Amino acid sequence: MARAVTPRRKLFFTVAAWSIALLIFFPVLWTILTSFKTEVSAVASPPELLGADWTLENYSDVWARSDYPRFFLNSVIISIGSTLLGLAIAIPAAWSMAFVPGKKTKDLLMWMLSTKMMPSAAVLIPMYLIFQRTGLFDTRIGLVLALMLMNLPVIVWMLYTYFKEIPAEILEAARMDGASLLNEVLYVLTPMAIPGIASTMLLNIILAWNEAFWTITLTTVNAAPLSAFIASFSAPQGLFYAKLSAASTMAIAPILIMGWFGQKQLVRGLTFGAVK
Amino acid sequence: MSTQSSRATARLMVAPSVVLLFIWMIVPLILTVWFSFRIYRLLSPERNGWAGFRNYTWFFNSPDFWLGINNTLLLVGGVLAITIVFGVLIALLIDQPVWGQGPLRILVISPFFIMPPVAASIWENLFMHPQNGLLAAGAVGMGIKPILFLESYPMASVIFIVAWEWLPFATLILLTALQSLSSEQLEAAEMDGASSLSRFRYITLPHLTRAITVVILIQTIFLLGIFGEIFTTTQGGPGSASTTLPYMIYKQALIAKDIGRAAAGGIIAVILANIVAFFLMRSMGKHLDA
Repeated sequence: MARAVTPRRKLFFTVAAWSIALLIFFPVLWTILTSFKTEVSAVASPPELLGADWTLENYSDVWARSDYPRFFLNSVIISIGSTLLGLAIAIPAAWSMAFVPGKKTKDLLMWMLSTKMMPSAAVLIPMYLIFQRTGLFDTRIGLVLALMLMNLPVIVWMLYTYFKEIPAEILEAARMDGASLLNEVLYVLTPMAIPGIASTMLLNIILAWNEAFWTITLTTVNAAPLSAFIASFSAPQGLFYAKLSAASTMAIAPILIMGWFGQKQLVRGLTFGAVK
Repeated sequence: MSTQSSRATARLMVAPSVVLLFIWMIVPLILTVWFSFRIYRLLSPERNGWAGFRNYTWFFNSPDFWLGINNTLLLVGGVLAITIVFGVLIALLIDQPVWGQGPLRILVISPFFIMPPVAASIWENLFMHPQNGLLAAGAVGMGIKPILFLESYPMASVIFIVAWEWLPFATLILLTALQSLSSEQLEAAEMDGASSLSRFRYITLPHLTRAITVVILIQTIFLLGIFGEIFTTTQGGPGSASTTLPYMIYKQALIAKDIGRAAAGGIIAVILANIVAFFLMRSMGKHLDA
């Protein structure tokens, strides 16, 4: 320690930083608290905190009365399905770009990223019509395909930056020792690549879970995930505040917890290795 | 070490991704160009034929169009400005010696993981609602009239909500960049008598340039297509006050059901996005080590 930190200074910065952090987090916290209040207590003025009526009823209500379980299941299937399919297609591509780079590799990667710049709304109509004609409209498989393609550039990029850090010499060494290509992939490369693949998977499940354009426009009932469910949840006269909060909490909880585990990888992953 | 055959295998391995992305991009684009020159209304299917450039001129002559462009730029620019300025300040604060930096990071990053419709709905109902919102309760408590956020200041409210979602992302990236700054340099400057402001101006800020550029690039990609937040809160209103270009296209396609006009709007959006993309990609190339 070159610079002495006085306890007083540290206390000051700790209080300041925690105040700001709690302020940023407060809307999430308030939603979670409201989800455990009765409807009357949720809209009480002035707002109730310690004296509120606490209940678990909102959760059982939302779970039982709406089609919440179906929306939830759709979200799970679509986000995990599109991520796994995307990985299956992107792993070979990222692999060969990282280990057998050609002159055009960088241009290709840039082109892939540039497809993400195309505004989704611009191609909404043809997508809508293609999905309706092919019977993919309002189906889970249709959304799996759409979200997979939407996130494919990100998946390729993230995998590429992870794979590139695996030293190519290791491959040569294994080859010298007489390892077959299959052995090389199974016993040398896969163990080294798994952390990168895992963080890519985690981040893409989060991106797919939170996607809210195609999931709203390309579904009506059957395949609609949580984003569509929440977007259509209205709160007339505040009668459904507690239930809305409970539904929201259930929609964000799984991804929030995943995100907490993945936040260390988030910076690296979403800046495509530019900030580590 | 790359032989002829390994190059061929490499191409084969890249092919599925490239082909799929190309189809995903080109087919809808060609169809959109085609529709944009057609008269194509779902509500009056008997009228069809070539429209020439009429769909385009309708867009350019619509007052909503310029408002939409304006709102889109306002949204992207406003959110970028807020997230970068506050992101730098908060990152500097968290980078100080504090107790519990790990839990702090987790609290700060949380809004980023909230799906846009939920984030928008929380703000709309629990906070900005003029009768039952927490902000209204606060206003009443202070004896002032509650502000009708989404009715009176729709664009500012939407920008605020989106900035809340993206501030964590900017903060975390800037914090990561700050932590790689060598403290020796700062200490040397301090011993030479540099004030904390000039240390920030001449050492910290230049060090953050790359991270700030990356934040601008990545956020712009996502912000240009913002939809869920507007759909959930204002539906582009009141009137057209908070209609962005993507939302205007959505309204033409799925509410007015005029496919030709929506397609023309789509092509205009693609051209504008490409202009932005051209500049972004050029500076991005320097910052991504591909």
